[in-house]
Amino acid sequence: MRHGNILTSKQLSRADIEAVLDHAAAIESDGSAAVEDRSETVLGLLFFEPSTRTKMSFETAIKRLGGDVVDMGSVDASSVKKGESLADTVRVIEGYADGIVLRHPRQGAAKLASEYVDVPVINAGDGAGHHPTQTLLDLYTIRENAGLDDLTIGIMGDLKYGRTVHSLAYALSNFDTRQHFVSPESLQLPREVVFDLHQEGASVKEHESLDPILPELDVLYVTRIQRERFPDENEYQKVAGEYCITTETLEAASDELSVMHPLPRVDEIAPGVDTTDHATYFEQAHNGVPVRMALLDLLLGDSDE
Amino acid sequence: MSENHELRVSKIKNGTVIDHVHAGQALNVLAILGIDGSDGEGVSIGMNVPSDRLATKDIVKVEGRELSQEEVDVLSLIAPEATINIVREYDVVEKHRVERPDSVEGILSCPNAGCITAADEPVTSRFDVLDDGVRCVYCERIVRDGIPALIER
Ligand SMILES: [Zn+2]
Repeated sequence: MRHGNILTSKQLSRADIEAVLDHAAAIESDGSAAVEDRSETVLGLLFFEPSTRTKMSFETAIKRLGGDVVDMGSVDASSVKKGESLADTVRVIEGYADGIVLRHPRQGAAKLASEYVDVPVINAGDGAGHHPTQTLLDLYTIRENAGLDDLTIGIMGDLKYGRTVHSLAYALSNFDTRQHFVSPESLQLPREVVFDLHQEGASVKEHESLDPILPELDVLYVTRIQRERFPDENEYQKVAGEYCITTETLEAASDELSVMHPLPRVDEIAPGVDTTDHATYFEQAHNGVPVRMALLDLLLGDSDE
Repeated sequence: MSENHELRVSKIKNGTVIDHVHAGQALNVLAILGIDGSDGEGVSIGMNVPSDRLATKDIVKVEGRELSQEEVDVLSLIAPEATINIVREYDVVEKHRVERPDSVEGILSCPNAGCITAADEPVTSRFDVLDDGVRCVYCERIVRDGIPALIER
């Protein structure tokens, strides 16, 4: 993984994933476990779409490793409007930074960027495509709570546009998991993703209702269903309630069930769930820093090279 | 009988005959090969010609130009049954079938409006060729139907 790019979770093998998660665990228990002195390392943050949390998480991670960031700020308002291409932007930033973290509204943007620069490119979300570092912190959280083998996971919500879902599903296919996808029909997983998961030999089932599978789940991963995905408000209201998790919903669940969410949530998980043992989403968010520290430490290689 | 059909498309002296093209695909064959006659080559097309193998077929004859293997392979995306005849001095000197390439570059444009290749970036489109379609290597969209509509013109 050294000096490579992190473009999709598809590229990650089980060994790659375990290396990052093990390193993250080591860093979490002992902050000095990072292998390199990063005081000379500068990470370029290019966010063409606002994402305060992901950006702050990367910024915190590199600073905890002793490094620093160059941040283009609100790229949307400056160079993009002037028409500079992404290919040009990343070639400029390459001159300042040892690695580039890219969030972009178009699918394949990180791949394109990686073709133009020699520093590692980390995809921090490309349209409806991939979000591999979110996946790594999701996996870290799942491993801590339920383990990654012999796992039954429900993934619910907007599965069509949810890049965190696509990335997670690909990564989970490296492990002994049974994946249940729960969504309204109009927001099912893209057929491409289902095609890939079948190719990987993953155990995949699709459902419109959570009820029949909830009792067998070790993990329930919830994502938001956005109002704007529906042509009319009534259709949305009908669906929104059905895919909202409350303490009553969870009465049918195993005591061990972890409820996860990439955050921010709106109303798909009722606040009452926060105080139950099921709520794992804040822990999940906190895991972003050690996991990104581990990834950066492994990916950016030896600063002496 | 067969001689009669042959007369619909005149014989060529030197060049390539692309035979057994699915009926209706002849113009797409020219488009995917980037042949529009502007280089002065003679081009003749037979459409809906009766065929033993395909019931009806299209035929494309390009005078004065021998197609490269790469060009021929790209044809497989829209004309998988096609046979290629290289003609010299009115004789067929080579005859072969198309084979599907592993990938094609700069031939098709991605139909996904959210794909980075649809933005104003210096990027050449690239598709992996699947058994039953093509897949954009940037956004990973799979296209199984309507490939001719993606041909960059
Ligand atoms: Zn594409």
